[in-house]
Amino acid sequence: MTQISVRVDGASYSDDVEPRTLLVHYLREQLGKVGTVVGCDTSNCGACTVHLDGEAVKSCTVFAVQADGSEVTTIEGISSNGTLHPMQKAFHEMHGLQCGFCTPGMIMASIDLVNDNPNPSDDEVREGIEGNLCRCTGYQNIVRAVQQAAAEMSGGTAPATEALGAQS
Amino acid sequence: MTAVEDRPAREANPAAGAADRPIGFGRIQRKEDPRFVRGKGNYLDDIVLPGMLHGAILRSPLAHARLVSIDTTEALAHPKVRAVITGKDLEGLNLAWAPTLSADVQAVLATDKVRFQGQEVAFVVAEDRYSARDALELIDVEYEDLPVVIDARRALDPGTAVIRDDIEGRTDNHIFDWEAGDAAATDAVFAAADVVVSEEVIYPRVHPAPMETCGAVADYEPIDGKLTLYETTQAPHAHRTLFAMVAGIPEHKIRVVSPDIGGGFGNKVGIYPGYILAVVGSIVTGHPVKWVEDRSENLMSTSFARDYIMKGEVAATKDGRILAVRTDVLADHGAFNATAQPTKYPAGFFSIFTGSYDLQAAHCKVTGVYTNKAPGGVAYACSFRVTEAVYLVERMVDVLARKLEMDPAELRLKNFIRPEQFPYANKTGWEYDSGDYEPTMRLAMEIAGYDDLRREQVQKRARGELMGIGLAFFTETVGAGPRKHMDIVGLGMADGAEVRVHPTGKAVVRLSVQSQGQGHETTFAQILAEELGIPPEDIDVVHGDTDNTPFGLGTYGSRSTPVSGGAVALAARKVKDKARAIAAAMLETRPEDLEWEKGRWFVTGDPSVGKTIQEIALGAHGTVALPEGIDGNLDAEVTYDPPNLTFPYGAYICVVDIDKGTGKVKVRRFVAVDDCGTRINPMIIEGQIHGGLTDGVGMALMEFIGFDEQGNCLGGSFMDYLIPTSMEVPDWETGHTVTPSPHHPIGAKGIGESATVGSPPAVVNAVVDALAPFGVTHMDMPCTPARVWEAMQGRATPPI
Repeated sequence: MTQISVRVDGASYSDDVEPRTLLVHYLREQLGKVGTVVGCDTSNCGACTVHLDGEAVKSCTVFAVQADGSEVTTIEGISSNGTLHPMQKAFHEMHGLQCGFCTPGMIMASIDLVNDNPNPSDDEVREGIEGNLCRCTGYQNIVRAVQQAAAEMSGGTAPATEALGAQS
Repeated sequence: MTAVEDRPAREANPAAGAADRPIGFGRIQRKEDPRFVRGKGNYLDDIVLPGMLHGAILRSPLAHARLVSIDTTEALAHPKVRAVITGKDLEGLNLAWAPTLSADVQAVLATDKVRFQGQEVAFVVAEDRYSARDALELIDVEYEDLPVVIDARRALDPGTAVIRDDIEGRTDNHIFDWEAGDAAATDAVFAAADVVVSEEVIYPRVHPAPMETCGAVADYEPIDGKLTLYETTQAPHAHRTLFAMVAGIPEHKIRVVSPDIGGGFGNKVGIYPGYILAVVGSIVTGHPVKWVEDRSENLMSTSFARDYIMKGEVAATKDGRILAVRTDVLADHGAFNATAQPTKYPAGFFSIFTGSYDLQAAHCKVTGVYTNKAPGGVAYACSFRVTEAVYLVERMVDVLARKLEMDPAELRLKNFIRPEQFPYANKTGWEYDSGDYEPTMRLAMEIAGYDDLRREQVQKRARGELMGIGLAFFTETVGAGPRKHMDIVGLGMADGAEVRVHPTGKAVVRLSVQSQGQGHETTFAQILAEELGIPPEDIDVVHGDTDNTPFGLGTYGSRSTPVSGGAVALAARKVKDKARAIAAAMLETRPEDLEWEKGRWFVTGDPSVGKTIQEIALGAHGTVALPEGIDGNLDAEVTYDPPNLTFPYGAYICVVDIDKGTGKVKVRRFVAVDDCGTRINPMIIEGQIHGGLTDGVGMALMEFIGFDEQGNCLGGSFMDYLIPTSMEVPDWETGHTVTPSPHHPIGAKGIGESATVGSPPAVVNAVVDALAPFGVTHMDMPCTPARVWEAMQGRATPPI
């Protein structure tokens, strides 16, 4: 057992973990942060994506001990006082989720993407979320959601009409 | 997208989502999203119970081997291990084998031998997930190799190893023969036809691969003998009944709970050994036991899809009148026949392979065989083998078009069943409910700019570039189904719905079906809203808990809207009728003097006098003097036995560009025009279509569960079982027409699987079209760069 100290979603934790414990299991099983999920065993799917010191990482591919002294943000830490983060709001409005299983990781990856590139093109969004698999949405509404959130995060207006008004 | 937006939909049904209806059908946002976007869903692995232990399965490294011995001593000595269960232990409980949905049996834990790589051999229960996995390494199993049967085409050869020697008297690997249509009539049409084309068309083995794998938490309480079983199941009620039958626990003592499910796609219909093992583990240890498989286990051992080797033939006249279709199918079912389908349909609804065409005759024969592979077959949005049926006919129509040198769109238009022929009895026993195919096809061609695309292709070909245009026009068969014909292990395929309107006019609707992301919590509220005028936000949709929902068969085969949707509408109408009698009592008038406007009964001729559904609800629960024969409250329950299936359809056009140097296929455009009758929520329908199209592109270009000669699974992780990322799929271009189902209470047809059914032939037809300059007339999926390259050089290796 090794003692680690981490901040997760703004709260401080000191815990004993086995060195082999994956960050995702530490978050889920020791801290009860079950919003972050596991979709594969080969680091392909990105369902476990969280922010480690502000960067998106696949938490199934990081040991909890590696997060010692770090700041971790999960899907459960991005809305404030009940107000959704623009990315969460955009996924809802653009129907960027169905079963919801990839959604936490997809949202965390997308926030990191927009932090790096505040005004991504279609292709840039697609490339930016390539590490996150989704089986339900066919990605298109996710791309729209990321663009809408990007506009809101940079204070602009959302290019929302295209996806919302496509047909009825 | 804009082009589609401007195009008015053909609204044959005035009830279909008109903009002036604030309540009910239409594009409303999902009620389930707020929890999912916050990470507050409740999936199986999120469940934690006091004292809960963790299970892990030891799996066979070999495809076919006699089990000589299992030594669990070291594993049991592990300080955190509470139990190690082997097949021998299960034999004592009469649970080593469990019945499948196809009247076969499947080994829960191997007792005599292993029959596929990844098969369950032992189960460890430990205090935590990591220790359970550690202990797997401490189990020592001795195997004795047996000859492996992998190629279904060799499975029936004389002298081939018999996989199922557990079955008394079995001397070969034959499972069943099944046929539909009229063989003699079909042969006669073929004998007299001007033109006959034939092709071996393989639909390779793939896997639904939901993002969330399968899992269970079993909690057996010995004091009152109650089993609570949380499971990733698409059919919680059927599971409860089967557990009662298999495990001998009385049904009223079993509560199955299906929590939020991270995608199902047919993967989560059947009962897997892991679920049974979690239950046994809980009984043995006296603690709740969680079992969650990892991705590799999911891909290697849970329900595969497809694996049909189809010899297709089409007979036609010289000028392109399709007369008959004939096919002989070899179905690879793996080591146990666990295929999920209605009892009387061992090849599912494959006999819908006559497609959207008006034929003179048709015949199919399907032979099922055992091989040393994981069981399954029906999964991955197949609607019970409709994927295979549609792929066969749509591929073969293109083969015919090439032979006749006819445009494939023209050939299809010429042969469509005409609108006045519906309800249409096809030559294999189906009655198509409704359809008007040509306008749907024309709309797809218009959105795609079909004629321009063909011109562009001519120019590109002249420059030596490979561009392909692929069409598919499919008819689906969803909403199983009429009880008279359809049951799952004896359980009739009807579905229940229960509606309660609370005193303050809010409502709850309880369903027997189980969403895995399809948006039931939103759309079923919309059906009730449309019928009763209660806003969707005032309606709670409950599903997935067998203690709290009416019995029914679950969600798969796109059956939720056709069956459960019908049940909800009819239950709502019962409530509405009762509300009328109560309103009449409240207004001191006769029920026949009242008229309904959405959400309110009012007096004919005096619209100002009436009672809203909310006022009536309060009256029904209050002290209003109720009329004779009307009891209190405002509730209703319905079990809906559908009179027929629904037959949605669609026209798909795919445009691909192929890199001549590498064989890489790029899907440049994809146009999908679907008709599922009345549209409950267009936003959700589009999402279903986008997802299904992505499945189709994945299957056509990337996905494949292959095996080597030793029976090693070559698609057992996301490193080699490739599913599309955001980079492999284009922006989808969708459109729709509306041809309601005449027999359905709200005119709605299923839609969830249409795109998965319809898109693979469109993509493959496009690839083959692009490869025409190389003389390619057919290529099997997956059209990976390597295989496309092979096709350019001659013929690609069959995907077996």
